[in-house]
Amino acid sequence: MSETVFMKGNEAMAEAVIRAGCRFYFGYPITPQNEVPAYMARRLPETGGTFIQAESELAAINMVFGAAVAGARAMTSSSSPGISLKQEGISYLAACELPSVIANVMRGGPGLGNISPSQSDYWQSTRGGGHGDYRTIVLAPHTVTEMVELTMDAFDLADLYRNPVLVLSDGLLGQMMEKVIFPDPEARKKDGLLRGRPLPPKDWALTGAQGRAPRFIRSLIMKQGALEEHNFKLAEKYARIEVEEPLAESLACENADIMLIGFGTSARVAKQAQLMLAEHGIKAGLFRPITLWPFPSEQLATLARKVDRFLVIEMNTGQMIEDVKLVIARERSLKEVRVELLPRPGGGVPFPEEIVARAREVLK
Amino acid sequence: MKPTMVFSRTPGLKDVVTSYCPGCGHGVAHRLMAEVLVEMNALGRTIAVAPVGCAVYGYDYWNFDTTEAAHGRTPAVATAIKRVLPDRLVISYQGDGDLASIGMAEIIHAANRGERITVIFINNANYGMTGGQMAPTTLAGQVTTTTPEGRDVSQTGYPMRIAELLATLPGVKFSARGALHKPGLVRKAKSLIQKAFAIQDAGTGFSIVEFVSLCPTNWGVNTLQAVEMVEKDMLKTFPLGIFKDEQVGGKD
Repeated sequence: MSETVFMKGNEAMAEAVIRAGCRFYFGYPITPQNEVPAYMARRLPETGGTFIQAESELAAINMVFGAAVAGARAMTSSSSPGISLKQEGISYLAACELPSVIANVMRGGPGLGNISPSQSDYWQSTRGGGHGDYRTIVLAPHTVTEMVELTMDAFDLADLYRNPVLVLSDGLLGQMMEKVIFPDPEARKKDGLLRGRPLPPKDWALTGAQGRAPRFIRSLIMKQGALEEHNFKLAEKYARIEVEEPLAESLACENADIMLIGFGTSARVAKQAQLMLAEHGIKAGLFRPITLWPFPSEQLATLARKVDRFLVIEMNTGQMIEDVKLVIARERSLKEVRVELLPRPGGGVPFPEEIVARAREVLK
Repeated sequence: MKPTMVFSRTPGLKDVVTSYCPGCGHGVAHRLMAEVLVEMNALGRTIAVAPVGCAVYGYDYWNFDTTEAAHGRTPAVATAIKRVLPDRLVISYQGDGDLASIGMAEIIHAANRGERITVIFINNANYGMTGGQMAPTTLAGQVTTTTPEGRDVSQTGYPMRIAELLATLPGVKFSARGALHKPGLVRKAKSLIQKAFAIQDAGTGFSIVEFVSLCPTNWGVNTLQAVEMVEKDMLKTFPLGIFKDEQVGGKD
């Protein structure tokens, strides 16, 4: 049964983690995600789970590593500066192919930045973030309900691919309260990103070698050629994910006068701008990547064939626009079409009116 | 007379050649740990965490489940394994760079939380794997690649006494320092591991055994000289003993 409640983003996400069957959460305080550890500290013990307030983000992500090693669903959350600290651990999780979920409730950067909502970790999230050749699946919700759904899906995809999955929201989604629909977790396994696919057994987990040969989990691979082989094996998996998992929402993009492109909060605002542009008689489409990696390239490429004006709205100085241009350039000459940016870095959130004004400018 | 087997390879270790240098203490520590696990019939419920450092290949030698951890994060990884599987015996095996330098936050906090894990800590007064740099445990005046004139404590600080330091924390129920360079001490070392594992199984708190170890290669001496150095220099800075023992049933 689904359930409808009025709830804050961070708390709804925390509840989704528990409903997804995760019983091990390791956190460290940082604004604007503090409601997550607070919620977990109260709720997890009630469900027989374990909450640890770690001594640092480094320790927290390595506790996720340990729990994943032992075969448990495990999660940590943080915000941008804290996520930077977790990158070492995320690299190891990817290298060791350990299923894990990391939530980044993004705030302004670089450095300590500020605590306002931001989207400036797009590059960090979609390019790996830590050292080495690896990818993380990145899911970007734009409502609290979607934050709940994608958090549940994150655990399934992590188990399916044995890979870290990032849930990338921001201070606005984390702090806002709105109507939230919690899907039935079992139904979600069919309706959500897992699409009913069976999850593989965790026949690699370390549980003690009773009745079997000892197992090991490692990322130091020194034998001549062995690491190259391992990297190619990971690359094959990433290639499979790039085929199977890209997901985007597109609204009225066919033959639109202009296509608004954004993810998360930017897209949420752009949806309002889309309606306002219609009042001005402008047919604006909206393209919203839900998986940031894998980027929904094919879907965008198809739609880009019949649109000449694109406005990318980002709460940063322009990061996703690079991926957008790469895709559009496959179909169209960038000399013929216009791909423009509305950037709001450093904690700025665009107003729908700003998007409308910029869209009209791009259409001139 | 029928020959009697009085000594053999322990089934706790794999039948392989290690990558350790001649005279290194890791092999002895591995064997002791493995022997105790066999005697406890615990191989099948042991999960070890190998550090970054010379013992990083632990899984090649140990006949039980083993994971690597990032440098210094070993106790954080062990913490979560134990929380997920509380009836398993969880070992965090660490060197002095891993534990006492980059991983100081993780070891202090795992100890302070009283995590039901056992740390086997190998102190050989330098970073072995990377070629002999100064560690927090490097002795005053000791020459390493990064203290070419000998460790100047006025600039680089003093050797850290981990077993004593951790013994001050209430979450720690057993903290001791043993040594591996003489047969009598090796026997005592084994009893320290037995006590530490017993504490873990009793579920009362954190246990650590520090071993003063040998690193002839990076100390630039032969094995006999290394033994002499431990006896003459290291044991002065790192005295052997049990600094805390809250095992059920009393002391020692």
